[in-house]
Parts: sequence; structure tokens; C-alpha cells
Amino acid sequence: MNVIEVQDLHKTYGHGEATVRALDGVTATVPRGDYVAIMGSSGSGKSTLMNIIGCLDVPSSGTYRLDGVDVSELDESQLALVRNRKIGFIFQSFNLIARTSALANVELPLAYAGIKPKERRERALAALEMVGLTDRAAHDPNQLSGGQQQRVAIARALVTEPALLLADEPTGNLDSHSTEDVMGIFSELSGYGRTIVLITHEDDVAAAAKRVIRLRDGRII
Amino acid sequence: MSFIEIFKFALRGVGANKLRSGLTMLGILIGVGAVILLVAVGNGSAKAVEENLQALGTNQITVQGGRAGAKTGYSTDLTLDIAEALKDAPDVRSVSPLVTTSQTLTFGDSSHDVQQVIGTYPGYFTASNSPVAKGALFTQEDVDQAARVVVIGSSTATELFADTDPIGQRIGIGGQLFTVIGVLKEKGSAGFTNPDDTAIAPLPAVQRSLTGYGPINSIMIEAVDADSVSLAQAEVTAILNAKMHVTNTASAPYTIRNAAQLLATRTETAETFTVLLGAVAAISLLVGGIGITNIMMVTVTERTREIGIRKALGAPRRVILTQFLIEATLLSVVGGGLGALAAIAGASFTIAGVQPVVVPSSVALALGVSVAIGLFFGSYPASRAAGLRPIDALRYE
Ligand SMILES: Nc1ncnc2c1ncn2[C@@H]1O[C@H](COP(=O)(O)OP(=O)(O)OP(=O)(O)O)[C@@H](O)[C@H]1O
Ligand SMILES: [Mg+2]
Repeated sequence: MNVIEVQDLHKTYGHGEATVRALDGVTATVPRGDYVAIMGSSGSGKSTLMNIIGCLDVPSSGTYRLDGVDVSELDESQLALVRNRKIGFIFQSFNLIARTSALANVELPLAYAGIKPKERRERALAALEMVGLTDRAAHDPNQLSGGQQQRVAIARALVTEPALLLADEPTGNLDSHSTEDVMGIFSELSGYGRTIVLITHEDDVAAAAKRVIRLRDGRII
Repeated sequence: MSFIEIFKFALRGVGANKLRSGLTMLGILIGVGAVILLVAVGNGSAKAVEENLQALGTNQITVQGGRAGAKTGYSTDLTLDIAEALKDAPDVRSVSPLVTTSQTLTFGDSSHDVQQVIGTYPGYFTASNSPVAKGALFTQEDVDQAARVVVIGSSTATELFADTDPIGQRIGIGGQLFTVIGVLKEKGSAGFTNPDDTAIAPLPAVQRSLTGYGPINSIMIEAVDADSVSLAQAEVTAILNAKMHVTNTASAPYTIRNAAQLLATRTETAETFTVLLGAVAAISLLVGGIGITNIMMVTVTERTREIGIRKALGAPRRVILTQFLIEATLLSVVGGGLGALAAIAGASFTIAGVQPVVVPSSVALALGVSVAIGLFFGSYPASRAAGLRPIDALRYE
């Protein structure tokens, strides 16, 4: 059973002369439990593809099936449910909520899932422990280093235990030691049967994945 | 997600940016407070004028003489003869002819200019509702003897005597010596003139020593009771027209007015004043509203990105909208409520000599407008952002 099935995806930005073909006919499948690394030069369309897979953006044309369901047929509230329950998304630029503690940031997806405050707190603390930030739980994002913010973002993506984990350069801001920690977490999750798709520029990060998809100019090569 | 949970989110959102929340609330607070308080001051001064005018006596009718340009072929001056004739009117209790002159009063080293030095009859005191506070009023006997006695207003007494007891003291009025026999009770200001700054002496004494025996300035008439004021006025008018040979009533050489008419014009003036203050207040509410709008608009970018993040984490649209609506409600209702409380508290103090009286409808209007502004500009950008795709909200600039 394929978690992700994309068929002939196109995504264009702008009009006329200034048209950018960020995705130019991408077809791919990711079966359950797979661990895929997407690589490619800057501007090759990796983030664009990831945003579509994460239901944050919609393609200009082509179809995307998530767990066999055509995403374009889902309405607003069903999409919210999919984002909350099925997908954990780690952004290239963290996207933590400002002036809100690390713990509250990690609790957020659980709150939207309707989980009670007590359980929410326990699970959020467990997720923070997993990324080694227990002692920073009360800190606001602007009191954390880039690497620490990235780890909070990872904890937030993990906390709902989503079947599909999407990560846009999760180790881009981390030193080699933290990178190893994070890759360890991903391998562990993969071992539990989670499906993971991550974007990376680093070969040793890609090496941990089961397979690599390479993009160039919006196409898979 | 339960409403209480969303409410907690909203509280956290308000608390997360204390400066922004504080400024927004302050803007609403000042807007609402200014409107309520300014209208209350206007209303209070209108009320004060009304009360003070009532204290001046409601049974009185005043005839003002010496109107230039009215050509009848006869003398157009008011005279003592005419005043005497008015006593025949059945609904008139008393008639007091008045001569007024502006004089400098002196006592020892102190001197004080009084606009209204009045020469009249004792009936004036009851007609103008001017009871004595200290000493006594002059009598008909004093008038007959042209006694040089004077009754002074409370302001005049303090200006001239400070701590000395004025009763029995001899003062100079325009260089002539008068004995102070009484001080009037304080009336309070009724607009632009101070009724407490006055000196009242028997008519013949004033004529002999100060003004000479020319025409009299006005006649104050007291009707027998409040209900017969208009009847008395009609009788007086008829007598005046006969005595002064008036054929064309439109160009009568005198003006006649009763206290009720005076009250009406003064109240009108006070109401205009209230409307003006209300306009100033409305402008301050508008400026306050623009301030709120500005603060809320400035934060749209940041909040749109935040909404993008929340949507990416799977927040349902309804939850986002509810949260932002509660935030806006909290800010505008709390700010507006504090503004109303501040204004009502402020209205218990005297402001620029006026005791403000809060108008309930101004409270409702000020609160309504500011809360509406707060709600609209707090929730409109949020609802727009909540309708965007997460990625567009995240990239919003
Ligand atoms: N919102 C947008 N409007 C216009 N062009 C866009 C937009 N987003 C992306 N692009 C363009 O689409 C192309 C693909 O962008 P994308 O962000 O997917 O690259 P990427 O592979 O993630 O690069 P990087 O490794 O630098 O993150 C780029 O040429 C970019 O300029
Ligand atoms: Mg990218």
C-alpha cells in the first residue's frame, strides 16, 4: 500500500515571461514504512514538492493521493484533520510561534487534536526529552539557538506520532553531533514502521535513508 | 477543541504581546473615556445653568428700556411714572424700577470695580430671588428718605472686605459714602455674568449721588405667582404701549422678557455647548479608532504567519477564527469597559468648575463604536488569513 502517490505533478509560479516551473511533471510513489531522501540543487523544486505532499500547497496540475485518497477532493476541515493526524511537518525555517514557550509550541498539535491538557503536557515533555531539550521547555523561541529551535520543531512534528513525517532540511542548521542525534531519531522512527520523507543536501544524511530521489529543474532524474 | 481551551489560547495570545495588547486597550480606553467624560461635562454645565437660572426667580418679568431707532414721536424712555402705572395691573405683585451704573467701590485701601451698581426698590429682592445672608435689606423707608445704605453681593463682599465684617462699614461708591447694611446670599454663576458681584442701594440715593435723575434703565416686575407670569406680561405690555403711545408693536421702544424665556435661551446655549463637546469627543473616538485599526493592521503580517503555522499543524478554521475573535473581544471590551469606568470615576470630580453628569446614551454609543471597531479590525484580518492556504499564509509579507 502506497502512502504517497503523485502523478505528473506540475507547479508553476508567475505568468508569461516570468513563469517559473518549480515542478515539471513529477511522478513518484512512497510505500508505507519507506524512508526517502530527496536531493537536488538549490531551486530544483524540493520544497515545492514537499509542501504539496504536506497538504500545505496545491499543485497546478496532476494528482496527489495520500493513503489512497485524492487530496484535491478533501474539504477545508478534512484537510485540517489530515494535517493534524497523518502528517508531521518540519520546516526549513522552523516556524515556531513567537513569544510562546517551547513546551506550548510542542503541545499545539495535540491541542488541536483535542487531547486533554494533562496528557498533552506529558506527551510534549516526552517529545522534548527525545530531542534532548527537557531543560529548555520553558524558553521562548528567541531564547533558543537555531539548532535548538530546529529540535523543538522536530519534537512538535513527532508529538502526534504521525504516520508520515516530512522534513525540509531538518539538519540544515545543526552541527554534526546534533545531526547524528536527529538522524538517530529518524532511524528509530523508521524502525517502528513510520514513513519518512526528508530533504537534504548532505550525503551522509541521505545515506541513512532507504532510497534517494534526485530532482533537477522540477523533474526526477 | 472545547471553547474553554480556545479561550485559554486567546488569553495566551493577548498575554504573549503585552505591549501591543496594552496599546490597543489604551487606544480604546482613551477614546471611550474622552467621549463619555466630555459629554458629561457639557451636560453638567447645561444642568448647572438651568439650576442657577431657576434660583434667579421664576416669577420675574423684566422690561428693558431706551431702545434707539424706535420712532414714535413721543419719549421712548422708561420713567418712574411708567413704573408707577404698572402697579395697577391686577396680576402684578411688585414693580421695581432699576437704574444701573458701573462704579468703583472703595473701602480703606482696597478698591473693586462693580459692573452692576443698582438703584431700586425693596421689591427687587423678592422679585430677583435675592435673600440676605448677613445684616438686613433696605426698606421702603430708606427709599423715601433716599438713605445712603447699600446691600452688596457675596463676591463683592469678599473682594472688598476680605476678612473684615462688612456690616456697618462705610464704603465709597463713585466717591460717595454709603453704609453697608447687608450681604446677599451666594447665587452661583449662571453663565457669563456673576450675579454675586453687585451692590444694591435705594433708587433715589443712587440717582442723587451717582446717575442723576435721567430715565431709568429697566423695570423688574414680580407676578403674583408662577402661573400668572404670562397674564401679567400681557397686562404690562398693554399699559406700556398705552403710556408710550406705541402703535406698531414690532418696533416697540422696550423689550419685555420673563424668566422662563431667559431660561429657554440660556438652556439652548448650554445645549449647543454640549453638542460641540460631543463633536470634539466624537473626533477623539475616531482618532482612537484609527489608532486601534493601525495597531491591528501592523500586526497582520505577524499574525497571518502565525495563522499559517497553526493551520499547518492542523488547526481547524473554526478554532482559529474563534481564538482571534475572542482576542479582539477581550481587548476592545476590556479597554472600552476600563475607559467607561475611568470616565465615570472622573465624572465624580469637578472639572473646570463644572460637575459632570454622565449621559447613559453616550456610554452606550462610545462602547458600541469602539467595540465594533476593535472586533472588526481584530477579526477581519484573521478571518482572511484563515481562508488562505497554509503555505500562502506562511509566506505572507
Ligand atoms: N512562492 C513562489 N513564487 C515564485 N516562485 C517560487 C515560489 N516558491 C518557489 N519558487 C521558485 O520555485 C523554484 C523551486 O523552489 P523550491 O523552494 O522548491 O526550491 P528548493 O529545491 O527547495 O531549494 P532550496 O534547496 O534552496 O531550498 C525556485 O526557482 C523558486 O524560485
Ligand atoms: Mg527548500
